[in-house]
Amino acid sequence: MISQLSTQNSKLNIMEVCGTHTMSIARHGLKKLLPPTVNLISGPGCPICVTPVEYIDLAIQLSSINDVIVTTFGDMYNVPGSKSNMAKEHAKGSDIRIVYSSHDSLDIAEYNPKKEVVFLGVGFETTSPTIAATILAAKQRKIENFSVLPMFKVIPPALKEILNIKERKIDAFLLPGHVSTIIGSKPYDFISRDYGIPGVISGFEPQDILNSVDMIIAQIKSNRAKIEIQYKRSVEPSGNKTAQNILKKVYKIVDSNWRGIGKMPKSGMTLNKDFEEFDASKRFKLKVKKAPEPKGCLCGKVLLGLKAPKDCALFGNACTPGDPIGPCMVSSEGTCAAEYKYG
Amino acid sequence: MCLAIPGKIIKINKDKSAIVDFGGVKRSVQLTLLPVAKLGDYVIVHAGFAIQKLKQKDAETTLSILQKAFNN
Repeated sequence: MISQLSTQNSKLNIMEVCGTHTMSIARHGLKKLLPPTVNLISGPGCPICVTPVEYIDLAIQLSSINDVIVTTFGDMYNVPGSKSNMAKEHAKGSDIRIVYSSHDSLDIAEYNPKKEVVFLGVGFETTSPTIAATILAAKQRKIENFSVLPMFKVIPPALKEILNIKERKIDAFLLPGHVSTIIGSKPYDFISRDYGIPGVISGFEPQDILNSVDMIIAQIKSNRAKIEIQYKRSVEPSGNKTAQNILKKVYKIVDSNWRGIGKMPKSGMTLNKDFEEFDASKRFKLKVKKAPEPKGCLCGKVLLGLKAPKDCALFGNACTPGDPIGPCMVSSEGTCAAEYKYG
Repeated sequence: MCLAIPGKIIKINKDKSAIVDFGGVKRSVQLTLLPVAKLGDYVIVHAGFAIQKLKQKDAETTLSILQKAFNN
């Protein structure tokens, strides 16, 4: 298949939007298999990486309250806030527990009726419906000592913002497989319709990614721009309707702050009025304090594909996976972590 | 974070959760987002929730790739 991958003379910039794609590309050395004219750039596809510093600070605030148990996915554990992270707070004695599923937090809440259990609700459209389903289950099971600190992100509006950046040259998107399992292909139609740019929803195996790049090149060669699905074994054009309905039932769309990027319109979700009782920021009356990004960290520009990890003076020196400064180095799906490990 | 792994439903519990076999490792999985899933179906599981059904052949291919990756 590699021999079939040929392009025109100019460089073809393809942005992969999912952190799992970033990791798969790095782990399997796919960039080296592609012709030099094909340039794969990482986008803002790691939900941990785009979670603002202020959010980590809020989570730390919560963990310092007596009788609060904070539950979180493991990816969040080492992400630096402005002064500390969850791992350090845990070591100091806060009750912070890593869970595999948001649903495990409900069981923890049931076993600890005298404590408040707060789950850190981050993620894109793959993860946010699982947490919405957990909130529905909490309501149904009348578990009142459970809440979620919401910071959910929505992918298509973020892609629109990226396309609107003038200095950003993107020729095509490698679109996320499991986000699309939930939302389907239709929410991306604006990319080809309004911007004339192709997009292919890709699976995660190396052959899926190479096959998707091939599909993109075929579109560009024949001057077409469509949203196509390579990952057909998991993605239907209309997505998972049950999950979409649960999303609509529990959340509302809001403007959202993306770490290192800033506020993007309609790019987030939070709990709607019917489920406000499960919103930890309201339950605990948390106040957000503006926090600066770590000095010298280029994660914001890396997330937009405007800078490569090695453009950052901190990369591999002050900032390593063992002692990360920015979120792109912390998360196992971060662009800097992938470059450091496999680059 | 959006990693999802295929597995086979080997038991459906009364509360509509399921036991899923991920190539030998068994775990409890919620079916709330995929109520059409039945006993014997292969499903893609993300963060403890089944999110899509999968053909057996596709599931087995992915599981064998993951198995190789873990063995390396």
